[in-house]
Amino acid sequence: MIRIQPEDFDAGAEIARLNASTDVGAVATFTGHVRADDGLIALTLEHYPAMTEREIARHVAEAEERWPLLGVTIIHRVGRLVPGDRIVFVGVASSHRQAAFEACEFLMDYLKIHAPFWKQEERAGATRWVEAKSADEKAARRW
Amino acid sequence: MNLLYFAWVRQKTGRAEEKFELPDDIATVRELAEHLRERGGGYGEAFAELARLRAAVNQEHVSFDAPVTSEDEVAFFPPVTGG
Repeated sequence: MIRIQPEDFDAGAEIARLNASTDVGAVATFTGHVRADDGLIALTLEHYPAMTEREIARHVAEAEERWPLLGVTIIHRVGRLVPGDRIVFVGVASSHRQAAFEACEFLMDYLKIHAPFWKQEERAGATRWVEAKSADEKAARRW
Repeated sequence: MNLLYFAWVRQKTGRAEEKFELPDDIATVRELAEHLRERGGGYGEAFAELARLRAAVNQEHVSFDAPVTSEDEVAFFPPVTGG
């Protein structure tokens, strides 16, 4: 399941949903939060609606080919978020932990460098677009 | 064709979307970007350094050497920063 939404999400409810069958032996999740770096007041996220879900779905399909997965949930928020807010959720269910851990990291790394989202930071009196980090490209290349 | 702009590219061009009549002599994303740069003003700024931009054709990431046709939706944007 892929959801792009301004609303918050309930990570506990998402984990319960991923644990939907008795074949599930492992659920690995990542939840990203907005940090209060250098006086950050807010982050505003925009995306390319026609492309975002398609792009993420492609990565989910790739993860499902590489690991024996029993469920995948990806939620990404858009709009204005403040420090402490949840921003992204990646949850993966599998029979065993290694597949769940690896697929979760793979999906997060791929989302970082491919999914068409852009963050604008707001600090006292100024806004600035976040620059892409080469470390993220490097992280995604190891898969 | 439909052109779309995101993040600072949208801010510099001053629009999120526009209809565009593709001239016959434009065959690639790079040629399209160079053509848009020649409009000057905010477009000149947005397309000044193609190395700072990424592109998608019909909602798929492509290189600047990818072909474009008059039926395509082409988007220009900075490297993505989600997650």
